[in-house]
Amino acid sequence: MLRSMICTTTRPVAGCPSGMQAMSDDSEIILEDLSDDDLVEQMKDDLYDGMATEVREGTQILLNRGWQAGDILANALVEGMRIVGIDFRDGILFVPEVLQCAGAMKSGMELLRPILSRTDSRASLGKFVIGTVKGDIHDIGKNLVGMMLEGAGFEVIDLGINNPVDNYLNAIDQHRPAVLGMSALLTTTMPYMGVVIEELDKRGILKELPVMVGGAPLNQEFADAIGATRYGRDAAISAELARALVGQNS
Amino acid sequence: MGRCLVLACGALAREVLAVKAILGLSDEDMTLQCLPAHLHNRPALIAPRVEAVLARRRGEFDRVYVAYGDCGTGGALDAVLARHDAERLPHAHCYALYAGEAQFEELVEDQIGSFFLTDFLARHFDRLVWQGLGLDRHPHLLPIYFGHYTRVVYLAQTDNPDLAARARAAADRLGLACDVLRVGYGDLTAALGAAVGGAANV
Repeated sequence: MLRSMICTTTRPVAGCPSGMQAMSDDSEIILEDLSDDDLVEQMKDDLYDGMATEVREGTQILLNRGWQAGDILANALVEGMRIVGIDFRDGILFVPEVLQCAGAMKSGMELLRPILSRTDSRASLGKFVIGTVKGDIHDIGKNLVGMMLEGAGFEVIDLGINNPVDNYLNAIDQHRPAVLGMSALLTTTMPYMGVVIEELDKRGILKELPVMVGGAPLNQEFADAIGATRYGRDAAISAELARALVGQNS
Repeated sequence: MGRCLVLACGALAREVLAVKAILGLSDEDMTLQCLPAHLHNRPALIAPRVEAVLARRRGEFDRVYVAYGDCGTGGALDAVLARHDAERLPHAHCYALYAGEAQFEELVEDQIGSFFLTDFLARHFDRLVWQGLGLDRHPHLLPIYFGHYTRVVYLAQTDNPDLAARARAAADRLGLACDVLRVGYGDLTAALGAAVGGAANV
Protein backbone atom coordinates (compact mmCIF):
# COMPACT_ATOMS: atom_id res chain seq x y z
CA MET A 1 0.00 0.00 0.00
CA LEU A 2 1.20 3.48 -0.82
CA ARG A 3 0.45 6.42 1.29
CA SER A 4 1.51 10.00 1.61
CA MET A 5 4.33 10.72 3.98
CA ILE A 6 2.92 13.49 6.06
CA CYS A 7 4.98 14.22 9.13
CA THR A 8 2.67 15.76 11.63
CA THR A 9 4.59 14.93 14.80
CA THR A 10 7.47 16.87 16.24
CA ARG A 11 9.52 13.75 16.72
CA PRO A 12 11.73 12.28 14.00
CA VAL A 13 9.78 9.79 11.97
CA ALA A 14 11.21 6.58 10.61
CA GLY A 15 12.24 7.24 7.07
CA CYS A 16 11.37 10.85 7.74
CA PRO A 17 14.41 12.52 9.24
CA SER A 18 14.35 15.74 11.15
CA GLY A 19 13.37 18.60 8.87
CA MET A 20 11.22 16.41 6.69
CA GLN A 21 8.21 18.51 7.64
CA ALA A 22 9.31 20.93 4.98
CA MET A 23 9.26 18.22 2.35
CA SER A 24 6.38 18.09 -0.06
CA ASP A 25 3.69 15.63 0.91
CA ASP A 26 3.78 13.70 -2.33
CA SER A 27 6.49 11.36 -1.03
CA GLU A 28 5.26 7.89 -0.35
CA ILE A 29 6.16 5.23 2.16
CA ILE A 30 5.76 1.63 1.21
CA LEU A 31 5.52 -0.15 4.54
CA GLU A 32 6.51 -3.46 2.97
CA ASP A 33 9.82 -1.93 1.87
CA LEU A 34 10.88 -0.80 5.34
CA SER A 35 13.30 -2.80 7.44
CA ASP A 36 11.87 -4.31 10.61
CA ASP A 37 13.29 -1.56 12.79
CA ASP A 38 12.07 1.21 10.53
CA LEU A 39 8.67 -0.40 10.21
CA VAL A 40 8.27 -0.59 13.99
CA GLU A 41 9.23 3.08 14.27
CA GLN A 42 6.82 3.94 11.47
CA MET A 43 4.04 2.01 13.17
CA LYS A 44 4.59 3.96 16.37
CA ASP A 45 4.30 7.18 14.40
CA ASP A 46 1.25 5.96 12.53
CA LEU A 47 -0.30 4.99 15.84
CA TYR A 48 0.52 8.46 17.18
CA ASP A 49 -1.23 9.94 14.18
CA GLY A 50 -4.26 7.70 14.67
CA MET A 51 -3.81 5.91 11.35
CA ALA A 52 -5.66 2.69 12.02
CA THR A 53 -5.38 1.18 8.54
CA GLU A 54 -1.62 1.67 8.45
CA VAL A 55 -1.09 0.26 11.94
CA ARG A 56 -3.11 -2.80 11.01
CA GLU A 57 -1.11 -3.17 7.81
CA GLY A 58 2.19 -2.85 9.65
CA THR A 59 1.05 -5.44 12.16
CA GLN A 60 0.20 -7.86 9.36
CA ILE A 61 3.56 -7.29 7.66
CA LEU A 62 5.47 -8.08 10.84
CA LEU A 63 3.37 -11.20 11.35
CA ASN A 64 4.15 -12.23 7.78
CA ARG A 65 7.83 -11.75 8.52
CA GLY A 66 7.58 -14.20 11.39
CA TRP A 67 7.41 -11.83 14.32
CA GLN A 68 5.81 -13.13 17.50
CA ALA A 69 2.49 -11.47 18.23
CA GLY A 70 3.65 -10.55 21.72
CA ASP A 71 6.72 -8.79 20.35
CA ILE A 72 4.66 -6.72 17.92
CA LEU A 73 2.31 -5.82 20.73
CA ALA A 74 5.08 -4.76 23.10
CA ASN A 75 7.48 -3.07 20.70
CA ALA A 76 5.12 -1.32 18.32
CA LEU A 77 1.64 -0.94 19.81
CA VAL A 78 2.18 -0.65 23.55
CA GLU A 79 5.33 1.39 23.11
CA GLY A 80 3.47 3.67 20.69
CA MET A 81 0.67 4.18 23.19
CA ARG A 82 3.19 4.85 25.94
CA ILE A 83 4.49 7.81 23.94
CA VAL A 84 0.91 8.95 23.35
CA GLY A 85 0.34 8.80 27.11
CA ILE A 86 3.36 10.96 27.81
CA ASP A 87 2.28 13.59 25.29
CA PHE A 88 -1.25 13.55 26.69
CA ARG A 89 0.09 14.11 30.18
CA ASP A 90 2.26 16.96 28.91
CA GLY A 91 -0.65 18.67 27.17
CA ILE A 92 0.62 18.03 23.64
CA LEU A 93 -2.20 15.66 22.76
CA PHE A 94 -5.83 15.99 23.80
CA VAL A 95 -8.57 13.45 24.36
CA PRO A 96 -9.82 13.29 20.74
CA GLU A 97 -6.32 12.60 19.46
CA VAL A 98 -5.71 9.99 22.15
CA LEU A 99 -8.92 8.25 21.14
CA GLN A 100 -7.76 8.21 17.55
CA CYS A 101 -4.50 6.64 18.70
CA ALA A 102 -6.40 4.09 20.74
CA GLY A 103 -8.47 3.23 17.68
CA ALA A 104 -5.25 2.65 15.75
CA MET A 105 -3.86 0.42 18.49
CA LYS A 106 -7.13 -1.47 18.55
CA SER A 107 -6.88 -2.16 14.82
CA GLY A 108 -3.53 -3.87 15.37
CA MET A 109 -4.77 -5.66 18.47
CA GLU A 110 -7.62 -7.19 16.48
CA LEU A 111 -5.06 -9.07 14.42
CA LEU A 112 -2.94 -10.05 17.39
CA ARG A 113 -5.60 -11.04 19.92
CA PRO A 114 -6.60 -14.36 18.34
CA ILE A 115 -2.97 -15.34 17.90
CA LEU A 116 -2.09 -14.41 21.46
CA SER A 117 -5.04 -16.43 22.72
CA ARG A 118 -3.98 -19.48 20.74
CA THR A 119 -0.36 -19.31 21.83
CA ASP A 120 -1.41 -18.85 25.45
CA SER A 121 1.26 -16.23 25.99
CA ARG A 122 -1.51 -13.75 26.68
CA ALA A 123 -2.91 -13.34 30.14
CA SER A 124 0.14 -14.92 31.66
CA LEU A 125 0.05 -12.21 34.30
CA GLY A 126 -3.43 -13.19 35.46
CA LYS A 127 -6.76 -11.43 35.47
CA PHE A 128 -7.38 -7.76 36.07
CA VAL A 129 -10.95 -6.83 37.01
CA ILE A 130 -11.74 -3.23 36.18
CA GLY A 131 -14.87 -1.10 36.35
CA THR A 132 -16.19 2.44 36.71
CA VAL A 133 -17.76 3.01 40.12
CA LYS A 134 -21.40 3.44 41.00
CA GLY A 135 -22.96 6.70 39.89
CA ASP A 136 -20.46 7.22 37.10
CA ILE A 137 -21.01 6.39 33.45
CA HIS A 138 -17.66 7.53 32.12
CA ASP A 139 -15.50 4.85 30.64
CA ILE A 140 -13.06 6.39 28.18
CA GLY A 141 -10.16 6.37 30.63
CA LYS A 142 -11.08 2.95 31.92
CA ASN A 143 -11.16 1.55 28.40
CA LEU A 144 -7.73 3.01 27.63
CA VAL A 145 -6.34 1.46 30.79
CA GLY A 146 -7.96 -1.85 29.90
CA MET A 147 -6.33 -1.80 26.49
CA MET A 148 -2.90 -1.09 27.96
CA LEU A 149 -3.37 -3.80 30.57
CA GLU A 150 -4.25 -6.26 27.87
CA GLY A 151 -1.15 -5.18 26.01
CA ALA A 152 0.88 -5.67 29.18
CA GLY A 153 -0.25 -9.28 29.46
CA PHE A 154 -3.34 -9.29 31.67
CA GLU A 155 -6.66 -10.86 30.92
CA VAL A 156 -8.97 -7.92 31.45
CA ILE A 157 -12.41 -8.49 32.94
CA ASP A 158 -14.30 -5.29 32.23
CA LEU A 159 -17.30 -4.68 34.46
CA GLY A 160 -18.36 -1.59 32.53
CA ILE A 161 -19.87 1.46 34.19
CA ASN A 162 -21.92 2.34 37.28
CA ASN A 163 -20.76 -0.56 39.44
CA PRO A 164 -22.00 -0.96 43.00
CA VAL A 165 -19.77 -2.76 45.46
CA ASP A 166 -21.57 -6.07 44.86
CA ASN A 167 -20.45 -6.12 41.24
CA TYR A 168 -16.82 -5.95 42.32
CA LEU A 169 -17.32 -8.59 45.00
CA ASN A 170 -19.06 -10.95 42.58
CA ALA A 171 -16.35 -10.46 39.97
CA ILE A 172 -13.61 -11.14 42.53
CA ASP A 173 -15.42 -14.27 43.57
CA GLN A 174 -15.95 -15.45 40.03
CA HIS A 175 -12.64 -14.51 38.41
CA ARG A 176 -10.08 -14.55 41.25
CA PRO A 177 -8.18 -11.60 39.75
CA ALA A 178 -4.58 -10.69 40.42
CA VAL A 179 -5.53 -7.00 40.64
CA LEU A 180 -8.73 -4.99 40.99
CA GLY A 181 -9.04 -1.58 39.32
CA MET A 182 -11.60 1.17 39.83
CA SER A 183 -12.17 4.28 37.77
CA ALA A 184 -14.13 7.51 38.31
CA LEU A 185 -14.31 10.77 36.41
CA LEU A 186 -16.38 12.79 38.85
CA THR A 187 -15.39 14.29 42.17
CA THR A 188 -18.84 13.27 43.32
CA THR A 189 -18.34 9.59 42.50
CA MET A 190 -14.69 9.02 43.36
CA PRO A 191 -15.40 8.68 47.11
CA TYR A 192 -17.28 5.48 46.27
CA MET A 193 -13.91 3.86 45.64
CA GLY A 194 -13.32 4.23 49.36
CA VAL A 195 -16.60 2.45 50.06
CA VAL A 196 -15.52 -0.51 47.95
CA ILE A 197 -12.07 -0.66 49.54
CA GLU A 198 -13.59 -0.52 53.00
CA GLU A 199 -15.85 -3.44 52.13
CA LEU A 200 -12.91 -5.42 50.75
CA ASP A 201 -11.02 -4.71 53.95
CA LYS A 202 -13.95 -5.82 56.13
CA ARG A 203 -14.07 -9.10 54.26
CA GLY A 204 -10.33 -9.66 54.50
CA ILE A 205 -9.93 -9.48 50.73
CA LEU A 206 -7.73 -6.41 50.72
CA LYS A 207 -4.83 -8.28 52.32
CA GLU A 208 -4.63 -10.54 49.29
CA LEU A 209 -5.85 -8.37 46.44
CA PRO A 210 -4.09 -5.18 45.35
CA VAL A 211 -6.47 -2.41 44.38
CA MET A 212 -5.61 0.25 41.83
CA VAL A 213 -7.58 3.45 41.36
CA GLY A 214 -7.51 6.06 38.64
CA GLY A 215 -9.48 8.85 36.98
CA ALA A 216 -9.05 12.47 36.06
CA PRO A 217 -9.90 14.08 39.43
CA LEU A 218 -7.86 11.62 41.52
CA ASN A 219 -4.39 12.10 42.91
CA GLN A 220 -1.94 10.16 45.03
CA GLU A 221 -3.16 11.85 48.19
CA PHE A 222 -6.72 10.68 47.60
CA ALA A 223 -5.58 7.16 46.73
CA ASP A 224 -3.60 7.03 49.97
CA ALA A 225 -6.50 8.39 51.97
CA ILE A 226 -8.89 5.65 50.83
CA GLY A 227 -6.30 2.90 51.23
CA ALA A 228 -5.77 2.03 47.58
CA THR A 229 -2.70 -0.04 46.83
CA ARG A 230 -1.69 2.06 43.83
CA TYR A 231 -2.81 5.20 42.01
CA GLY A 232 -2.59 4.96 38.23
CA ARG A 233 -1.99 8.45 36.91
CA ASP A 234 -2.46 7.44 33.30
CA ALA A 235 -3.05 4.34 31.22
CA ALA A 236 0.59 3.54 30.50
CA ILE A 237 1.70 4.02 34.10
CA SER A 238 -1.25 1.98 35.31
CA ALA A 239 -0.11 -0.92 33.16
CA GLU A 240 3.45 -0.62 34.48
CA LEU A 241 2.25 -0.46 38.07
CA ALA A 242 -0.01 -3.45 37.55
CA ARG A 243 2.88 -5.48 36.16
CA ALA A 244 4.98 -4.54 39.15
CA LEU A 245 2.18 -5.57 41.50
CA VAL A 246 2.24 -9.09 40.12
CA GLY A 247 6.00 -9.25 40.35
CA GLN A 248 6.94 -8.25 36.84
CA ASN A 249 9.51 -5.62 36.13
CA SER A 250 8.35 -3.17 33.50
CA MET B 1 -11.03 49.36 42.83
CA GLY B 2 -13.65 47.12 44.47
CA ARG B 3 -13.63 45.76 48.00
CA CYS B 4 -14.14 42.27 46.71
CA LEU B 5 -12.45 40.61 43.76
CA VAL B 6 -14.51 37.85 42.19
CA LEU B 7 -12.24 35.66 40.16
CA ALA B 8 -14.59 33.61 38.02
CA CYS B 9 -14.61 30.92 35.41
CA GLY B 10 -15.46 32.54 32.10
CA ALA B 11 -18.48 30.24 31.93
CA LEU B 12 -19.98 32.25 34.79
CA ALA B 13 -19.11 35.77 33.60
CA ARG B 14 -22.56 36.83 32.38
CA GLU B 15 -24.23 35.20 35.33
CA VAL B 16 -21.95 36.85 37.90
CA LEU B 17 -22.67 40.23 36.31
CA ALA B 18 -26.40 39.49 36.28
CA VAL B 19 -26.32 38.57 39.96
CA LYS B 20 -24.21 41.63 40.70
CA ALA B 21 -27.01 43.74 39.21
CA ILE B 22 -29.69 41.80 41.09
CA LEU B 23 -27.82 42.40 44.34
CA GLY B 24 -27.41 46.07 43.56
CA LEU B 25 -23.65 45.89 43.86
CA SER B 26 -21.50 48.67 42.49
CA ASP B 27 -18.11 48.38 40.82
CA GLU B 28 -16.75 49.65 44.09
CA ASP B 29 -18.29 46.69 45.87
CA MET B 30 -17.16 44.06 43.42
CA THR B 31 -14.61 43.66 40.66
CA LEU B 32 -14.96 40.74 38.29
CA GLN B 33 -12.03 39.04 36.63
CA CYS B 34 -12.42 35.89 34.55
CA LEU B 35 -10.26 33.04 33.39
CA PRO B 36 -11.03 31.29 30.10
CA ALA B 37 -13.87 28.78 30.27
CA HIS B 38 -12.01 26.35 28.05
CA LEU B 39 -9.73 25.53 31.00
CA HIS B 40 -12.46 23.05 31.89
CA ASN B 41 -11.21 20.88 29.07
CA ARG B 42 -7.85 20.72 30.95
CA PRO B 43 -8.87 20.87 34.63
CA ALA B 44 -5.26 20.42 35.76
CA LEU B 45 -4.61 23.97 34.53
CA ILE B 46 -7.32 25.61 36.63
CA ALA B 47 -5.57 25.66 40.02
CA PRO B 48 -2.25 27.09 38.76
CA ARG B 49 -4.02 29.75 36.69
CA VAL B 50 -6.14 30.79 39.67
CA GLU B 51 -3.08 30.84 41.90
CA ALA B 52 -1.20 33.07 39.48
CA VAL B 53 -3.97 35.68 39.60
CA LEU B 54 -4.33 35.47 43.36
CA ALA B 55 -0.60 35.96 43.81
CA ARG B 56 -0.50 38.87 41.38
CA ARG B 57 -3.46 40.71 42.91
CA ARG B 58 -2.65 40.02 46.54
CA GLY B 59 -3.34 43.07 48.69
CA GLU B 60 -5.45 44.91 46.14
CA PHE B 61 -8.79 43.89 47.67
CA ASP B 62 -10.31 43.37 51.08
CA ARG B 63 -11.60 39.97 49.99
CA VAL B 64 -11.15 37.57 47.13
CA TYR B 65 -13.86 35.17 46.10
CA VAL B 66 -13.26 32.46 43.53
CA ALA B 67 -16.31 31.65 41.43
CA TYR B 68 -15.33 28.09 40.60
CA GLY B 69 -16.54 24.79 41.93
CA ASP B 70 -14.02 22.05 42.44
CA CYS B 71 -14.43 21.66 38.67
CA GLY B 72 -12.51 18.42 38.40
CA THR B 73 -9.36 19.74 40.04
CA GLY B 74 -9.49 16.96 42.61
CA GLY B 75 -8.90 19.31 45.53
CA ALA B 76 -6.00 21.15 43.90
CA LEU B 77 -8.03 24.35 43.72
CA ASP B 78 -8.93 24.12 47.41
CA ALA B 79 -5.26 23.79 48.29
CA VAL B 80 -4.52 27.00 46.35
CA LEU B 81 -7.38 28.83 48.05
CA ALA B 82 -6.16 27.75 51.48
CA ARG B 83 -2.76 29.23 50.72
CA HIS B 84 -4.32 32.53 49.69
CA ASP B 85 -7.06 32.71 52.29
CA ALA B 86 -9.73 32.74 49.60
CA GLU B 87 -13.06 30.94 49.27
CA ARG B 88 -14.90 29.40 46.36
CA LEU B 89 -18.43 28.44 45.39
CA PRO B 90 -19.87 25.73 47.60
CA HIS B 91 -20.36 23.06 44.91
CA ALA B 92 -18.41 20.60 42.84
CA HIS B 93 -19.62 22.15 39.56
CA CYS B 94 -22.00 24.74 38.18
CA TYR B 95 -24.83 22.29 37.52
CA ALA B 96 -25.24 21.71 41.25
CA LEU B 97 -24.70 25.43 41.84
CA TYR B 98 -27.60 26.39 39.61
CA ALA B 99 -29.98 23.49 40.26
CA GLY B 100 -29.16 23.15 43.95
CA GLU B 101 -27.56 20.03 45.35
CA ALA B 102 -30.81 18.21 46.08
CA GLN B 103 -32.39 18.82 42.68
CA PHE B 104 -29.18 17.98 40.87
CA GLU B 105 -28.91 14.66 42.70
CA GLU B 106 -32.55 13.93 41.91
CA LEU B 107 -31.94 14.55 38.23
CA VAL B 108 -28.94 12.24 38.18
CA GLU B 109 -30.76 9.60 40.19
CA ASP B 110 -33.69 9.83 37.80
CA GLN B 111 -31.40 9.29 34.81
CA ILE B 112 -27.74 8.66 35.45
CA GLY B 113 -27.01 9.37 31.81
CA SER B 114 -27.94 13.05 32.03
CA PHE B 115 -25.71 15.48 30.18
CA PHE B 116 -26.14 18.99 31.54
CA LEU B 117 -26.12 22.29 29.72
CA THR B 118 -26.31 25.77 31.20
CA ASP B 119 -27.00 29.03 29.39
CA PHE B 120 -23.29 29.32 28.75
CA LEU B 121 -22.95 25.81 27.39
CA ALA B 122 -26.08 26.12 25.26
CA ARG B 123 -24.62 29.30 23.79
CA HIS B 124 -21.15 27.83 23.20
CA PHE B 125 -21.98 24.17 22.70
CA ASP B 126 -20.37 24.01 19.29
CA ARG B 127 -17.03 25.47 20.33
CA LEU B 128 -16.64 24.00 23.80
CA VAL B 129 -18.35 20.62 23.50
CA TRP B 130 -18.53 19.67 19.84
CA GLN B 131 -15.18 21.09 18.76
CA GLY B 132 -13.64 20.70 22.22
CA LEU B 133 -14.21 16.95 22.06
CA GLY B 134 -13.00 16.83 18.48
CA LEU B 135 -16.38 15.77 17.13
CA ASP B 136 -16.07 18.21 14.24
CA ARG B 137 -12.96 16.37 13.09
CA HIS B 138 -13.80 12.88 14.32
CA PRO B 139 -17.59 12.44 14.31
CA HIS B 140 -17.19 8.68 14.71
CA LEU B 141 -16.11 9.35 18.31
CA LEU B 142 -19.67 10.41 19.22
CA PRO B 143 -20.74 7.01 20.60
CA ILE B 144 -17.47 6.73 22.52
CA TYR B 145 -18.17 10.00 24.31
CA PHE B 146 -21.94 9.88 24.60
CA GLY B 147 -22.86 6.22 24.26
CA HIS B 148 -23.98 5.99 27.89
CA TYR B 149 -25.93 9.24 27.95
CA THR B 150 -29.69 9.19 27.60
CA ARG B 151 -30.72 12.84 27.69
CA VAL B 152 -29.62 16.44 27.76
CA VAL B 153 -30.87 18.48 30.70
CA TYR B 154 -30.73 22.18 29.97
CA LEU B 155 -30.56 24.02 33.30
CA ALA B 156 -31.64 27.45 32.12
CA GLN B 157 -30.54 30.57 33.95
CA THR B 158 -32.71 32.84 31.84
CA ASP B 159 -35.95 32.54 29.96
CA ASN B 160 -34.40 32.75 26.52
CA PRO B 161 -36.14 30.91 23.66
CA ASP B 162 -33.05 31.15 21.49
CA LEU B 163 -30.92 29.34 24.06
CA ALA B 164 -33.63 26.73 24.60
CA ALA B 165 -33.63 26.14 20.84
CA ARG B 166 -29.85 25.85 20.87
CA ALA B 167 -30.02 23.33 23.71
CA ARG B 168 -32.53 21.26 21.77
CA ALA B 169 -30.37 21.45 18.66
CA ALA B 170 -27.36 20.33 20.73
CA ALA B 171 -29.36 17.37 22.04
CA ASP B 172 -30.35 16.51 18.47
CA ARG B 173 -26.71 16.48 17.41
CA LEU B 174 -25.90 14.15 20.27
CA GLY B 175 -28.88 11.95 19.44
CA LEU B 176 -30.39 12.54 22.87
CA ALA B 177 -33.70 13.71 24.29
CA CYS B 178 -33.79 17.18 25.82
CA ASP B 179 -35.40 18.38 29.04
CA VAL B 180 -35.47 22.08 29.80
CA LEU B 181 -35.56 23.22 33.42
CA ARG B 182 -35.64 26.88 34.37
CA VAL B 183 -33.53 26.95 37.53
CA GLY B 184 -32.25 30.55 37.46
CA TYR B 185 -29.02 31.48 39.19
CA GLY B 186 -29.54 29.04 42.06
CA ASP B 187 -27.02 29.34 44.86
CA LEU B 188 -24.86 31.80 42.94
CA THR B 189 -26.91 34.73 44.25
CA ALA B 190 -26.53 33.79 47.90
CA ALA B 191 -22.87 32.88 47.47
CA LEU B 192 -21.93 36.19 45.90
CA GLY B 193 -24.08 38.10 48.37
CA ALA B 194 -22.27 36.46 51.24
CA ALA B 195 -18.88 36.96 49.59
CA VAL B 196 -19.33 40.67 49.22
CA GLY B 197 -20.73 40.84 52.73
CA GLY B 198 -22.69 43.81 53.96
CA ALA B 199 -22.81 45.37 50.54
CA ALA B 200 -25.36 42.85 49.41
CA ASN B 201 -28.93 43.96 49.07
CA VAL B 202 -30.53 40.58 48.78
